Amino acid sequence: MGKDEFVFLLVGLKWTVVLSAVGFVCGCLGGLAVALARTSDIKVLNKATAAYIGVFQGTPLLMQLFVVYYGLALVGFKIDAWIAVAIGLTLHASAYLGEIWRGSIEAVPRGQTEAAKALSLKYASRMRDVILPQALRISLPATIGFLVQLIKGTSLASIVGFTELTRAGNMISNQIFQPLTVFAIVGLLYFLMCCPLTIFGAHLERRFAASTR
Amino acid sequence: MTYSSDAQADTMITLDHVEKWYGAFKALHDISMSVRQGEKIVLCGPSGSGKSTLIRCINYLEPHQKGEIRVDGILLGHQAKAIDAIRREVGMVFQQFNLFPHLTVLENCMLAPMRALGLSKAAAEDRARGLLERVKIAEQAAKYPAQLSGGQQQRVAIARALCMQPKVMLFDEPTSALDPEMVKEVLDTMIGLAEDGMTMICVTHEMGFARQVADRVIFMAEGAIVEQAPPAEFFSNPRHERTRKFLGEILNH
Repeated sequence: MGKDEFVFLLVGLKWTVVLSAVGFVCGCLGGLAVALARTSDIKVLNKATAAYIGVFQGTPLLMQLFVVYYGLALVGFKIDAWIAVAIGLTLHASAYLGEIWRGSIEAVPRGQTEAAKALSLKYASRMRDVILPQALRISLPATIGFLVQLIKGTSLASIVGFTELTRAGNMISNQIFQPLTVFAIVGLLYFLMCCPLTIFGAHLERRFAASTR
Repeated sequence: MTYSSDAQADTMITLDHVEKWYGAFKALHDISMSVRQGEKIVLCGPSGSGKSTLIRCINYLEPHQKGEIRVDGILLGHQAKAIDAIRREVGMVFQQFNLFPHLTVLENCMLAPMRALGLSKAAAEDRARGLLERVKIAEQAAKYPAQLSGGQQQRVAIARALCMQPKVMLFDEPTSALDPEMVKEVLDTMIGLAEDGMTMICVTHEMGFARQVADRVIFMAEGAIVEQAPPAEFFSNPRHERTRKFLGEILNH
């Protein structure tokens, strides 16, 4: 495999990173909104977000990407493939992170909310200053795990014709007929993205654990 | 109970025919009582008698369904504004301390004054350090709650509540989760608070504390107030069979 082919893979890698980053950042914002709605006292919000989570957890990511990609085109939105994929990943990540964080918010002992209420802290402060920092720590392993899943999930964008790392690998492999070499390199590049995240997550966990002990 | 007619003026808390249900279970039966400014009340009774529920209604951690609760003249309705106003005047100390584990002792004390009262960071820190000094734990300010003993944590919880400069303090079994050797330091802190004239309602089984500090002991059973009397009278001459039985169980072991 020559230098040009490798550079082509790196361009694919760039798009994988972009998709992952957009999906994760937007998914975090969406997921926070979903988690807060899911744990609120407002019944309508509760039910709506429960249904949303149910749909996105109950269907394959690939189908979700198809529906967004072709669905948006069908109703007349002419958008780039990468934006369609980013929207699909965001919706997917919002549902999963929303559910992960709902669980962690509910895992913070009730006494914490009661103490915050007794100190006359309002909802926004109770969440921001008391509940969410604790929930974040509880959710860290699952959140990092999901981020890693999301990075690997971006490979499905190749099916709707978007040239990220996996599809770039596929194209090179078809050109130079060395699938084993090419996909070994592709796999290694995925590993190099995901492994540091896992290590970083473990590091954060240790730091949080140390600060409360 | 006969209090002088000017008692009305310095009444801090009134409960008027308060009732509360959990679903079909009636947790509080027609509770009426009033607490004067500076009065120290000890609430006791067997577990499940509704004493914790009662004080948790006063700052709306539990909503009541019937009757009226007033704190310092403010009617506790179900609207956010009144709830908020009352919570600013009523401090609470919990059995399980409920300190915020991700914040240092100092930050625990500074949070509410900054967020709920709008104090500047410097002012909040000043106030927090002063009150940590008062509960004799100033040197632990930079530590996290998990690094402290139970007794120390509870004293921090008291300081944290005092940082809001409440007019009333509610204590929900503050020593029940403590190892025996730590009970005294917390009770001493509470006695100090009582001597400074704080209005207090304490749910506790510490009868020594009740004898020493309480102006009135209220005995509850099955969600209702059975009897109330000054401690000397309450302990030496309980009127109801239910009270005698309870005192027998708690004092003779």
